[in-house]
Amino acid sequence: MTRPLSSTVATYLARRARWTPLEIAFWLLAAATIYLLPGRHLILTEIAILGLFALSLDLILGYAGIISLGHAAFFGFGAYCAGLLAKHEIITEPVVALIVSGLAATVLGFVTSFLVLRGSDLTRLMVTLGVALVLREIANKYSELTGGADGLQGITMAPVLGRFRFDLFGHTAYIYSLVVLFVLFVIARRIVNSPFGLSLRAVKGNPLRASAVGIAVNWRLVAIYTIAAGYAGIAGALLTQTTAFTSLDVLAFERSADTLLVLIIGGTGYLYGGLIGAVIFKLMQDWIANLTPQYWQFWIGLVLVLIVLVGRERVAGWMAPIRALIGRIGRRARRADALGASPGQGG
Amino acid sequence: MALALETIDLNKHFGGIIASSNVSLKVDKGARHALIGPNGAGKTTLVNLLTGILRPTSGRILLEGADITDVEPHDRVRLGLARTFQINQLFGDLTPLETIGLAVSERHGSGSDWWRLVGSRPGVTDEIVELLAHFRLEDVMHERTAVLPYGRQRLLEIALAFACKPRVLLLDEPAAGVPEVERHEILATIAALPADVTVLLIEHDMDIVFTFADRISVLVNGELFVEGTPEEVARDPRVKAVYLGEEAVHV
Repeated sequence: MTRPLSSTVATYLARRARWTPLEIAFWLLAAATIYLLPGRHLILTEIAILGLFALSLDLILGYAGIISLGHAAFFGFGAYCAGLLAKHEIITEPVVALIVSGLAATVLGFVTSFLVLRGSDLTRLMVTLGVALVLREIANKYSELTGGADGLQGITMAPVLGRFRFDLFGHTAYIYSLVVLFVLFVIARRIVNSPFGLSLRAVKGNPLRASAVGIAVNWRLVAIYTIAAGYAGIAGALLTQTTAFTSLDVLAFERSADTLLVLIIGGTGYLYGGLIGAVIFKLMQDWIANLTPQYWQFWIGLVLVLIVLVGRERVAGWMAPIRALIGRIGRRARRADALGASPGQGG
Repeated sequence: MALALETIDLNKHFGGIIASSNVSLKVDKGARHALIGPNGAGKTTLVNLLTGILRPTSGRILLEGADITDVEPHDRVRLGLARTFQINQLFGDLTPLETIGLAVSERHGSGSDWWRLVGSRPGVTDEIVELLAHFRLEDVMHERTAVLPYGRQRLLEIALAFACKPRVLLLDEPAAGVPEVERHEILATIAALPADVTVLLIEHDMDIVFTFADRISVLVNGELFVEGTPEEVARDPRVKAVYLGEEAVHV
């Protein structure tokens, strides 16, 4: 009796993390845009970067339940790191500079993670917002280093891996951003399917019980906050590298708020929310800006109000049919497994 | 006999309210010890002090002779002290399989493992299966916990504590609100625990207490009132007056 059940459980646990056909299709489609939409690589690069940034927020919001209004702190920190590394020719090769910038943001994330451990959602909103505001003011104050309100100018980017030059049409930039996004996505996917990822969901669901099964709740939160900060830093560094420019905007409150909006549009807690949300958000922004160049912020604002009025759950529910479909396919496969492995179970 | 759990002059004050007052409780290794008392006697406060959710105002707590007064709740679990909750504390979005998998992984020290997959260690899978089978949760192992019937959730609540493989287990009214049929299942499971596991049972139901316990402590107004064998406690006129008397009035 135990034997077949044991193999069912083992199969299920292995299957949990398997790539679904829908996921594979998603990434094939993303790769196909390289050839199919060569004229749209500039906006696609923006989407990839925004998607990576929203993915980073999803790691803490969707999986650990930490709400943040200041995630741009890490994005901006990574952006300035990459800018300064390139401008002063400290590290010229973009990939190495990207990793170093990400690590710098990771350190900042670790140090500030202790501020979000205590308190309610409201406290966390205020603390994260405060950290980002402080960082922005520091960047503003030390204008001889950061360029202040004028932005960090005079950045020249070396070719990626010493071979691929950034071109005017953004082809290299897009492929570079997409590859970085994919690699980091695969790692994030691995993380959320690990025992560590499962423990995060437990901490989010019920911290009291999580500690009662032996989970060091605070350390898990510190760990994921630190990882997410690194992700955000890499997203910021990508923006600097692909545009050869950075300014105080990267640390702005609007950037944090936009990303939260992106994640709410796409839905939290399944990793694709940030990516899908980024596609919808950027296309909507682009489309509205074409219609009414002066008033596009009005429409974005209106959409924001509508989303809040309609309700978060229902917006995330846009994705529900697709998620349900994935779930149903998965469950059917699992049931088939269970029946195949243990015909005597009668369940 | 060696002590599994001991408190020394444990006090807990909430502002002016005294929830625990000089509680010096001794639980022998391998005991089936019951803690009873009327509503508001401070039973759950005592459990929260023992597990570290609350910090005592004064006094010490010893687990197998080692002082754990300042040890974090999750570290107490690692030291072999686990509990169930009076009101289910589960992970509504996780399935029973994931819930048990989580606790077992955690005990195997792979809880902070972020690269391997859940259950990729063979020992972990076997243990998960054993627990699911033992608590007859196999047929619902893929359902979200939040949608399970109450009795099943109660079983999962207890299975989750078992998954921590405790040497000292605190059961806070394990059969509370469970239908008669499943109640027997739960009690049978508890009775089948290995003899070397120490159990401290907090219970309201006198039938359960007197069939299960080999030692009973009575808590009244935060104080340890009477302690003894079930026979001694049943005969004690003070207990009758304070505790059983209260029950008799209801009848």
